[in-house]
Parts: sequence; structure tokens; C-alpha cells
Amino acid sequence: VQADGTDGNCVTFVLHDEDHTLGNSLRYMVMKNPDVEFCGYCITHPSESKINFRIQTRGAIPAVEPFRKGLNDLMGVCQHVLNTFEVSLFLKSSR
Amino acid sequence: QLPVAMAAKRSTDEMRDRVVLGEFGVRNVHTTDFPGNYPGYEDAWDQRRFEEVFRVDVIREEECALEFDMVGIDAAIANAFRRILLAEVPTMAVEKVFVYNNTSIVQDEILAHRLGLIPIRADPRLFEYRNQGDEEGTEIDTLQFQLKIKCSRNPQAAKESSDPNELYFNHKVYSKHMTWVPLGNQTDLFPDADFRPVHDDILIALLRPGQEIDVLMHCVKGIGKDHAKFSPVATASYRLLPDITLLQPVEDEAAEKLQKCFSPGVIEIQNIKGKKVARVANARLDTFSREVFRHEGLKNLVRLARVRNHYIFSVESTGILPPDVLVSEAIKILMGKCQRFLNELDSVPME
Repeated sequence: VQADGTDGNCVTFVLHDEDHTLGNSLRYMVMKNPDVEFCGYCITHPSESKINFRIQTRGAIPAVEPFRKGLNDLMGVCQHVLNTFEVSLFLKSSR
Repeated sequence: QLPVAMAAKRSTDEMRDRVVLGEFGVRNVHTTDFPGNYPGYEDAWDQRRFEEVFRVDVIREEECALEFDMVGIDAAIANAFRRILLAEVPTMAVEKVFVYNNTSIVQDEILAHRLGLIPIRADPRLFEYRNQGDEEGTEIDTLQFQLKIKCSRNPQAAKESSDPNELYFNHKVYSKHMTWVPLGNQTDLFPDADFRPVHDDILIALLRPGQEIDVLMHCVKGIGKDHAKFSPVATASYRLLPDITLLQPVEDEAAEKLQKCFSPGVIEIQNIKGKKVARVANARLDTFSREVFRHEGLKNLVRLARVRNHYIFSVESTGILPPDVLVSEAIKILMGKCQRFLNELDSVPME
């Protein structure tokens, strides 16, 4: 992880060893945050596995906040998906 | 509500949750339900609202294939699961092949390539990744297999026969000839385990009398991103649930033609007051060949669309792990990725 930007509100994170798998899903979760003015990611070069993930917030909120919230929300989604999936597998096998 | 307002709401609803297939293109492809785009809609992320809408229905569960529906999730996350299933769920596969003797027609490197692609029935969660630069391999990260086979002539064969099955012994090398050679304390670590290839009848090479193959193989844990042999699924794919609506009532001949335009079972014809009327019976079965658009009379009678947040997943496993375990592992891997970045955020101080 490496960040740079003029002030704390517009930050570009460089995530190493990542690609569209985490990039797109994290972008979706961060975009769902009403404080975020702009969120996008791009793969710098297809031969290198790193992505530039940019967040711009409206207001005086530091950009790390939506990033952290997006990661936590994504974890919550995965946990819920896992639980629901296992429950429905169990229900199917017990029928 | 005014009819105009209701029609406008209907069309924004359609824009939000249907992907419409037109005659020459697809409309409303991207997700647009982000906060601020639609006045009057609550689009900010709400875990509770997500949990109310989300559900998983397992449709078909077999030994090696699983079909299930995920409703209420977005394309980005569904695609992330699919990508992880294909490329980031680890398995064990043959990586290093030590060739002691290979007098067969198959070249060493071709033989090694073929051996690498054979799926090995070994639960990868019991093993660790090999450290980089470690050439020897320890017992916690390597499985050793041996393939030692020699082809010889059958003295009892009839003089004029030309059937290789009669003339030679061991002329076909199958994956069942691969035997596990325990390393170190693996017999104690895995007392009941029986590590072998998933299928016994994979043909590796053909031999003739006098030719022999004697190789030792090291299996390591890896992910599909590194080499496709480590991919645990034959394939993992998803499609969106089709949604077919008839814009006007379709009768008689047109109904018959309409039924032929779609996959069997999608449109059924009912007899109402003597007239044949078409009705959408089961849109899920359709493969959307868009045959309707080739007929001028039927083009404007149907709307072909897909429900944006209803994914029909189909996972076929190669046999190493059952498909439901694979999906659970994939979800855990996505969680692990998020956790990794959360830990980094907490440990590295941000200026």
C-alpha cells in the first residue's frame, strides 16, 4: 500500500499483488458510500500485478476513511454470503 | 400517483434493475445505483437492507457439479467470486519431475507437462506453500509420487495377432500406475490418507517392449494464477436470470411462432376461450438466442431483459474438492484479501 495526493481528501492507493478481483468489488463498496465524490481503479500495466485505487471525498473527510469502511463492508458482505450459502446447503441436504 | 409519474418510475426501475437486450445492442449494462444518482432512492450501503434482500438457493448438487442462485448481490462481487474460483483457490499438482529413466517415445518435457495436468486427490488445506528458493521440499509442503513402469512382450500371445493388448504387457501407462511415496513423517501425519490421482484411467503415455519410464514427482500447493494446472474447477461460470415480458397479448399463429423462437419450455400456449394464447412459463430455461428479432411481426411483442442482481452460478469441480467446499473457500479467500489490507492500513502510519 502506498498513498500520495495533495491533501488528505484525494488519495491514490497503490495496491500490490491485486487485480480486478479485489479492485472492482472494492470500488463498488466504496462507491456506495455517500461521502465519496469519486472512486476508481486501474491496472497500471497488465504485466505488473498492481492497481491504482483512487478515492476523492467530498467535505473534509480523510480519504482513508471510506477505504477502511469499504474494506469492512466487503468483509461483512463476504461473511453474510458465506453464512447464507452454508445454511442453504444444509437445508438442501437435509431435505 | 399520476400515470405519467408511474410510468417514469417504472422506467427508472427498469434502468436500475434490468439489463435490456435490444435488437442490435444491450442497454443499461452498468450498475448505476450509487448514492446521488437517483433522487428519491436510498442507495447508500446498508448491511441490514442487503441482508434482507440477499438469498442463496442451491438448485442442483452433485458430486462434481453445483448449480446455485445468488440473489441481491452486484456484478462486481459475483465476478470476484468467479475469478477467485478459477484462479486463486489453491490445489496440489505435480510441479517437479525427476526423470531417472525415460526410453519411451514421449519426450521428457512433454511427459512432465502431462503429469502436471493430472488432478491429484489431496486436500490442499492440509499442506503449506513451499518457501521460495527451497529446492528440496519438506514433508509439510510436498507430496512425492513415483511412476515406474516397463513394457515387455507377452510370450503367450498368438503368432498372428496384431492386438497390442494381447502382444504386450504394460503398454499403456495410466494414472493408476502413479504410487504415493511418503516423505519423512507423512505416514504419521496422514495415517488414513490415500493420495492418488482423482481419475485412474488418464492415459499418460504409450510404450512398446523394451521401453520404460522411471520418474519421481514432487507435488506442491499452488494457485491457478501461477499455472492453470492448479485450477480446482473444470469451469466456474455464472449467468443472469432471464426476464421475458410480453408487451401485448400474442394469439394463434403468432403464439406458435413465438414458442418456436425460444428454448423449449420457456413459452407455453394456453387455450383460453378457444383461442391459443402464449404465456411465459419459465424464463429461466432460455438461452437468449434472440431469434425473435429475426421475425418482423414478433420483434415488438416481447421485451428481453435480464435481472441485474440475480446470478445463476454453475461450478464444476475437477474432483479434488467438492464444489460446495470450493465456493466456501473462495469466499474465505476474498475475506482474507480484505483483512490483509485492513491489517496493512492499521500497521503502516498514514501521514
